[in-house]
Amino acid sequence: MKYPIPKEEYITSGTVACQGCGCVLALRYALKALGPDTAMCVPACCWSVIDGPFPYSATKVPLFHTAFETAASAASGLRQGFAIRGNDHTTVLAWAGDGGTADIGIQALSGAVERDEDIIYICYDNEAYMNTGIQRSSSTPWGAWTTTTPVRHFKKEEKKNLIEIMVAHGIRYTATAAISNPKDLMAKVAKAKEIRGAKFIQIFASCIPGWKMKSENAIKAVRLGVQTGLVPLFEVENGVYKISYKPKTFKPIEDYLKLQGRFRHLTPEQIEHITKMRDLRWKQLEAKVKMTGALAEEMAELA
Amino acid sequence: MANKKPEDYVIPLKNIDDLPPMARTMGQMFVNETGSWRNVYPKINHDECIKCGICWQFCPDLSIVENADGFPEIDLVYCKGCGVCVAECPKKCIVMLEEGK
Amino acid sequence: MKKVLTGNHSVSFGAMVARAEVVAAYPITPQTQIVERISELCADGEMDARFVKVESEHSAMAACIGASAAGSRAFTATSAQGLALMDEMLHWASHARLPIVMSNINRAMGPPWTIWTDQNDSISRRDTGWMQFYCSSNQEVLDTVIQSFKVAEQVKMPAMLILDAFVLSHTSEPVDVPDIELVDSYLPKYQAEFDMDPAHGHPAYGALTNEHWYYELQIKMQRAMDEALDLIVEEDKKFEKVFGRSYPVVEGYRTEDADYLIFTSGTVASTAKDAVDAAREQGIKVGNVKVRLLRPFPKPQIREIAKGRKRLGVIDRNISYGSEGVFFTEIKSCLYGEADRPEIHGFIAGLGGRDITVDSILEMIRQTAEQSPESDINWQGAKLA
Repeated sequence: MKYPIPKEEYITSGTVACQGCGCVLALRYALKALGPDTAMCVPACCWSVIDGPFPYSATKVPLFHTAFETAASAASGLRQGFAIRGNDHTTVLAWAGDGGTADIGIQALSGAVERDEDIIYICYDNEAYMNTGIQRSSSTPWGAWTTTTPVRHFKKEEKKNLIEIMVAHGIRYTATAAISNPKDLMAKVAKAKEIRGAKFIQIFASCIPGWKMKSENAIKAVRLGVQTGLVPLFEVENGVYKISYKPKTFKPIEDYLKLQGRFRHLTPEQIEHITKMRDLRWKQLEAKVKMTGALAEEMAELA
Repeated sequence: MANKKPEDYVIPLKNIDDLPPMARTMGQMFVNETGSWRNVYPKINHDECIKCGICWQFCPDLSIVENADGFPEIDLVYCKGCGVCVAECPKKCIVMLEEGK
Repeated sequence: MKKVLTGNHSVSFGAMVARAEVVAAYPITPQTQIVERISELCADGEMDARFVKVESEHSAMAACIGASAAGSRAFTATSAQGLALMDEMLHWASHARLPIVMSNINRAMGPPWTIWTDQNDSISRRDTGWMQFYCSSNQEVLDTVIQSFKVAEQVKMPAMLILDAFVLSHTSEPVDVPDIELVDSYLPKYQAEFDMDPAHGHPAYGALTNEHWYYELQIKMQRAMDEALDLIVEEDKKFEKVFGRSYPVVEGYRTEDADYLIFTSGTVASTAKDAVDAAREQGIKVGNVKVRLLRPFPKPQIREIAKGRKRLGVIDRNISYGSEGVFFTEIKSCLYGEADRPEIHGFIAGLGGRDITVDSILEMIRQTAEQSPESDINWQGAKLA
């Protein structure tokens, strides 16, 4: 049998994740890229349950469970604690969901990135508070149903753009990734590992109950997110934007939305709005690639 | 199975004296045999399988392992029956069957 | 080396000679001088520590937790609102059994905004699983940083040392800053039993724990605190041998023949000595008892010193709204089972930095000596009747 990605595993079977859980794959890939010399801080999120109840754990790297808003600050302390004891080789990974990152944890994240702490912060983004039972977060997309944005009052605010927030901090490296593209995901995590200072990666990961879909569609839905252009894969290194993958033609957005019960209520007009927003975002993204590309030399010099 | 070693089966904390001062885990989640969650199970048709490893790559439960002939095989002790392998198989050679059939 | 130091700078030098390795702190009046000085000491290379200049107190404690989990010695300092913001992480630190040391400058809680002293900030963190040392002098402050680490690291519980805003934090006193090598001989380098280094295995800390184990983990925390009380006494004796200074958990002043005792904490304990002298001149046989610890609460020592007295008075610079002063509650509670327990007066004084003078303590002594308590709360020096 061929192994399309490295064979070594750093998580085990027997997790208490839901059937078809996307964020298990997200961590499985991330740890394959990081290897065993990694220490994790995990705030309240799906993974604080998935890893398993005491006295068991599903990860094969040390994992420190921490409070909801403290992934970045606890990871900062962990890094500094290692450093003062002469350990500058262990990768410190803050591993948080989108609520713990875009909402309650954003202050600590902003602080850690501004201080340029030598950590990798990865947000696995399933677009709502899934662990508490599907409540909207600031990372929930426009149009989505959640238990706090019921169908008649579906989410009317756009998804918070975490990458732009990171870029505004002058972060050394930030990228988006998706579990449907494990090689791209692992390449980005591996790249982040080699960079000293703060790094931020947002991994698009499916949630079966939260997206109201069949478990077999865990990868398909995420892939369609990428193929429809709703989830652009790109990276920003020292302020310079680079698109990792752009579909030659976008697949119809309906293919992505129809797969998921959380979007079932949307009318053609509303889908039209989502389409227009997608097009605008791609224009913005491509403009940024152009603009920052022209300044690349200057930016690299000052980085 | 693939990444499971005998020491991973150690059942910690048989008695209260082994309790550490804080909740520090001592064993691996292999003890949690999630196969019982399943009501359908995947079956790989090895006649058509090209051993590409895609099913293994996308399995969220790490329950696809390589058998002695180099074919992927489902580890039914842990497979939760999500069906991702069926959906992702490029040869469409994995099917979902009802338990007991 | 003798230096003239404020309470705040005594904290900074304490952290330096105790070889704190990671300091994560956020500025707040009246604690700010501590972080300023530590920041200078680190920048000058006098202190070999990483200073994490976090964006909030919540992150300060979270970073200390991370640093301590990495196996290093972690320290921070805060006050009032900052301590309150940390609250969640105070529980996290103690439940994770991390021996972090923090100094808290007692400042009253807002609103209204105030920067002056009272104990309500630390009192309301009484049940977080932190040891609480209330200090009365700058020398005690510096020495308590060292002692706290020594005890905390043995019992795997965090410790807070507390000093009054301005009265101590900004008041200069001569302080002996011990040689760091001498401190090393008392306080060895921290060796964590468990840490997050991947070379030491890959456990998860703090995973979801059901009713089969959670209860027992709580018992372990309580036992650690019980052990801490004995250890604080024991370590103080060792400390005295090395440094020639000692801080009993319950310290009497002219108590030998006293009919009446007045219980105090923090800087009030110093002022109370003058009041006791004055009362003695008036023929009142009174002594002062400084209570150094709120957690673990020194129950045996309180029982011992209270034995055979006619009446006790407790001065609280704090209030648990809807009840009474917290030291008053604690002292009453631990004497409940005593055969001939004395009557006890509860006094509330000095909230929000109102001065507690020798005269006002003298008045509290007089009331304690002359009458039986009529109420659980006796406001002292209040404008409202």
